[in-house]
Amino acid sequence: MSAPAQSRRAQLKEAKLSATAERLEGVALPAGGAWITAAREDALARLRQMGLPGRRDEYWKYTRPDTLTQAEAPKAGVFDPEETPVFDGIDRVKIVFVDGVFSADESDPLELAGVEVERLAEAGAADIHWGKELYGVLEARGQNPVERPLATLNTALASDGVLIRVTGRAEKPVSLIYRHGSDSSDAVLHHVIKLEPGADLTLLENGPAAARFNKVLEVDVADGAGFHHVRAQGRDHERRAATHIFARLGKESTFKSFTLTVNGVLTRNECVVEFTGDEAVAHVAGACLGDGAFHHDDTVFVTHDAEACESRQVFKKVLRNGATGVFQGKILVQPGAQKTDGYQKSQSLLLDEDSQFLAKPELEIYADDVACSHGSTSGAIDEEALFYLRSRGVPTNDATDLLTLAFLAEAVDEIEDPRLAEEIVGRLEGWLKRHRRG
Amino acid sequence: MLEIKGLKVKLEDEDKQILKGVDLTVEPGKVHAIMGPNGSGKSTLSYVLSGRDGYEVTAGSATLDGEDLLEMEPEERAAIGLFLAFQYPVEIPGVGNMTFLRTAVNAQRKARGQEEMSATDFLKVIREKAKTLKIDADMLKRPVNVGFSGGEKKRNEILQMAMLEPKMCILDETDSGLDVDAMKLVAEGVNALRSADRGFLVITHYQRLLDHIKPDVVHIMADGRIVKTGGPELALEVENNGYADILAEVAA
Ligand SMILES: Nc1ncnc2c1ncn2[C@@H]1O[C@H](COP(=O)(O)OP(=O)(O)O)[C@@H](O)[C@H]1O
Ligand SMILES: [Mg+2]
Repeated sequence: MSAPAQSRRAQLKEAKLSATAERLEGVALPAGGAWITAAREDALARLRQMGLPGRRDEYWKYTRPDTLTQAEAPKAGVFDPEETPVFDGIDRVKIVFVDGVFSADESDPLELAGVEVERLAEAGAADIHWGKELYGVLEARGQNPVERPLATLNTALASDGVLIRVTGRAEKPVSLIYRHGSDSSDAVLHHVIKLEPGADLTLLENGPAAARFNKVLEVDVADGAGFHHVRAQGRDHERRAATHIFARLGKESTFKSFTLTVNGVLTRNECVVEFTGDEAVAHVAGACLGDGAFHHDDTVFVTHDAEACESRQVFKKVLRNGATGVFQGKILVQPGAQKTDGYQKSQSLLLDEDSQFLAKPELEIYADDVACSHGSTSGAIDEEALFYLRSRGVPTNDATDLLTLAFLAEAVDEIEDPRLAEEIVGRLEGWLKRHRRG
Repeated sequence: MLEIKGLKVKLEDEDKQILKGVDLTVEPGKVHAIMGPNGSGKSTLSYVLSGRDGYEVTAGSATLDGEDLLEMEPEERAAIGLFLAFQYPVEIPGVGNMTFLRTAVNAQRKARGQEEMSATDFLKVIREKAKTLKIDADMLKRPVNVGFSGGEKKRNEILQMAMLEPKMCILDETDSGLDVDAMKLVAEGVNALRSADRGFLVITHYQRLLDHIKPDVVHIMADGRIVKTGGPELALEVENNGYADILAEVAA
């Protein structure tokens, strides 16, 4: 590399760090006990080293980070969807946050056999807590080889969230519900989930949360444990969100995460999965529907550092009226991670010419006995199929919806529980009906 | 029932005239066959009647029971009882065959102001009709035409026709790619639908389908026109002598 380029890069980094220092000036860490304060201080120090994301960062090439990093959250009007909330028909333990603050009144009693739930504030005040081994720890592990500073910011600043330890097979899902109440709310939530060997939990998440939402979910899945995650992000139009999932998978464990995103002016969902035990399975899937002022970014990084693990990424985006979809997905196979089965698919359905899909699929493989594939496509509604349906009497709108649902089906199929899949399909259908043309 | 008068059609994107004045009337209860060499415009006629994009009607008319087909959307044509069994049925990944059929049946009922068919009634009817066409439960569950063999696709077309009960059925080379047994099944399916108030337009390249579905009238199409019309014997003539003689005779 030439000397001027080198110094240019150093200059950029310096500017970034000073901007970060400025942004963090006067920022007070939430009050808490010894271990959590240490974790927060450590995060703040790490953040000062790496700097907040800037427009020139390669990892933020397709998504502008400024409104996610700036001190004040841009205002976002609260939107009343006037519909039954998603997962309403599912028997579950509800934990409600309003503008990022736990609401005891609206939550169910946190009682579920084999599951311990604590608020971050309580756990953080304890002298000794299992959370210490995970809070900010999985996040820190996930900073390599690509930095994710917004998650570090979250570790430093989150004052609420839940710590869930699962020791058995939970008989019903734990459901995190995020309500949006104020048009200037800036919510930072950090959850940690620890699944003991053989444990099993389904976690649901839904709701717009706040005007701006920064959320981290750290999940430690021990040997033979299973984690199932279904999330529905919607339907506030002006909402901005940056979310991270950091999952560490033990031997023969299972991790399945599905996200539905509708509306929202800016959403960046990162998912970082690390296989540390052999023969584990991780499926990460997403379906999104965007119309107009909608920018949705799925950034996924899967590291295979164990043998015979299977990873699968399936992301589908339906975009129209100038909506933008981004997919950055990587499969990294470390030396020795033989018999890795890695699959990645990202597709967009562009319902007009104003919308765009930007995809960066990547494979990086340092083992020889592996099967990895990726494919990314962008396309319009299949005119032949549309005519075929119409010739059978199905009106254009219904036919288009049917073909759109068919396009999304592959992602939705990643949801194991049929009742949850049905809930999601119901939302997709509702959205498509509301967004019909003419 | 179906009345086509002086129909001229060109391609929308190209200056290419395909139908050069077609006149044809199908009466209720009758089976008309159209035969003709490849490229003579048979599929184009069926597509234009059902409303596919890409064609421009430059002259003439087409009506079904007096209603102007050419002014309608494809779905409206279907709702008033027009059905086209495609020469090349389309594969639709992600849409179950059963879902597709139920959506179609109910969409048509809704358009006609009828009540939707209940899921149970629908199941009962479709099982019965599928059985006579030797379509198994698996084929009903699979995505529309995906992974179907040529014969399965054609049988699926006939199943759709049987479920939708149209009054005017156009079959575009439904016999192509079928073995003798499959052709018999398809023909039986069609014959079962024959009734005094339903018309058929059977497009075929070969006479053999017409052994099973007996036509009342046979037309020969060549270069965008119907050049000869006769009884079933015309099909036999084609079978024995090919198109050359007829075309030569017409040209003379
Ligand atoms: N969409 C199209 N684009 C270009 N040529 C077409 C198109 N549709 C039909 N044609 C042409 O029109 C003529 C008639 O085709 P077609 O109707 O398929 O005939 P047939 O069904 O009798 O074999 C052929 O020359 C064919 O190539
Ligand atoms: Mg043809």
